[in-house]
Amino acid sequence: MTTLVSGAPLAPPAPAAPTLLRRLGARPSAVAALSVLAVLAAGALLAPWIAARLHATAPLDPMSAGSRLLAPSLAHPFGTDAQGRDVLAQLLLGGRVSLAVAAVSTLIAAFLGTAVGVVAGHLGGRTDALLMRGVDTFLAMPRILVLIALFALWPTAPVSGLALVIGAMSWFGLSRVVRAQTLAVRVRDHVAAARALGAGELHVLLRHVLPNVAGVALVAATLVAGEVVGIEAGLSFLGLGVRPPDTSWGKMVQDGVSFLASAWWIAVVPALAIALTVAAISHLGDVLRDLVDVRQLPPR
Amino acid sequence: MSRALRRVVQGAAVAALVTTLAFFLIRLAPGDPFATLRENPNLSPATIDDLRTRFGFDQPLVVQYARYVRRALHGDLGISVGTRRPVTEAIGDALPRTLLLMGVAIPLSFAAGMALGVAQAARPRSRFDRITRAATTLLYAQPSFLLAVVLLLVFAAWLGLFQTTSGLGFLYGAGSGWAGFVWRVRELTLPVLTLVLLTTGAVARQQRAALLEVLPEEFVRTAVAKGAAPRAVLLRHALRNAMLPMVTLLGLAFPALLGGAVFVEQVFSWPGMGRLLVDAAATRDYFLLTGCVLVGSVTVVVGSLLADLLALLVDPRQRAS
Repeated sequence: MTTLVSGAPLAPPAPAAPTLLRRLGARPSAVAALSVLAVLAAGALLAPWIAARLHATAPLDPMSAGSRLLAPSLAHPFGTDAQGRDVLAQLLLGGRVSLAVAAVSTLIAAFLGTAVGVVAGHLGGRTDALLMRGVDTFLAMPRILVLIALFALWPTAPVSGLALVIGAMSWFGLSRVVRAQTLAVRVRDHVAAARALGAGELHVLLRHVLPNVAGVALVAATLVAGEVVGIEAGLSFLGLGVRPPDTSWGKMVQDGVSFLASAWWIAVVPALAIALTVAAISHLGDVLRDLVDVRQLPPR
Repeated sequence: MSRALRRVVQGAAVAALVTTLAFFLIRLAPGDPFATLRENPNLSPATIDDLRTRFGFDQPLVVQYARYVRRALHGDLGISVGTRRPVTEAIGDALPRTLLLMGVAIPLSFAAGMALGVAQAARPRSRFDRITRAATTLLYAQPSFLLAVVLLLVFAAWLGLFQTTSGLGFLYGAGSGWAGFVWRVRELTLPVLTLVLLTTGAVARQQRAALLEVLPEEFVRTAVAKGAAPRAVLLRHALRNAMLPMVTLLGLAFPALLGGAVFVEQVFSWPGMGRLLVDAAATRDYFLLTGCVLVGSVTVVVGSLLADLLALLVDPRQRAS
């Protein structure tokens, strides 16, 4: 029975992931956006190694004034900061934290939002009404205010806690989109056919509904990724997110903002990294939205 | 009318839900709020004990919430540690300044965004359309503090056109007459510009999409066929029917704008709600933090409610059904 249900003739017409990737590759601007993200991610991964090399070729002495606030030069392409640290090295090290927090909280939000959206849309009725009323309440809440208060009262929050809480507060819009798509998918013929062949609800949900919701969830998750980069950066900018000795791009902007007039590079370099990341992610989201053809996305 | 009344009741319910949620979320933060208050030398132990019993923080969580709500409804949100002022007083000073910021930024950004969206939709895929859309995509979704820092760098630090800090005139009195007015406008310019730049792109995007959706419809073709000028077709026939998404967007823009205002106020030292909240965060001022979040939440709900009522006013279909 199960072999029949999951057999080829009844396989749901899910968009195959390789096709999506190939179509993404056909768009030069999407390739550019992906490359930007890949370079930043590679820099973050190799950060300790590159920072060590930088230090070996052009050593800095934090104790001496001669190492502080140096303008960009060949030895220090992005200059040095007020503590006599190489801004390029800091940028790469900060990128580790910024990108890791963004990735983890996006994954958490995508998982929670997809789960709630699929369950609400598939079960319908009272479960749906209750879940969506809750989601609407969260959506009406100014999230950043609550996050500021939370992290103000939790000053010892580790980076993982930051990623967890941001992720747990970022899935509401995504769940709405996924629910809408689930409502559209569950009435399709292949779902009815699977049911007629005696497939259990869980099987229908996982094998026939979920694959057809994945594309929409991916687009929504891209939007979330852009948001959470901003949220982490903003919290760290206020001195509430990533705290010393850890650093992140938002924290670096905070450190540099009081030197805007004299040593602009301290704030501008990490600010550019944030802006590039957000722009690249948001462009990818646009392209993916075209490719997946999402109707139910919230206005942006 | 009864429909509007129903929206108001719904809005009140949402406000109650949102503030309840916010209260418990804040209480989720690890640690006892009174432990952090006791670290502060500004408050005597007696004051803290008084606060603790007054708001029932020695009681179970539900009782705490009930007491907090009862106190809040009587206009008592506790005491701010840093200034030893009542929280309601501090918020009462700060909230109008934030509302001023948003009240100037919202009409400006919607006017600019709608104009841009109409111009783009008038000639879709033209060079103007492509260039302006690329620009708004770049700006779109950028964190507000980032844009604020860039504007601060360019206009204040490099060009020297504005002071790097605003809001002082509002705090200490900018004087009256023309000079005072100019002072206030100068102070408002960069914070408002930041919020406008952040919102305009989203508005333009929606307006363009809404217009392009309406333009192929039959009533537009009829208008063209009867010989209406292209401008009249676009503005009188199409735009009118592509306005409703703008009102919806207005409702959705409130949480985003208030969130953006927090950072804008921080960067430009604007003494509003955002600044108050961040100061409260720095001193871990529990009652001030909670008060700011709750009042902020209510503000957002009220803003969305007003947008909802505006939709009733603008769209006869919503009133009729």
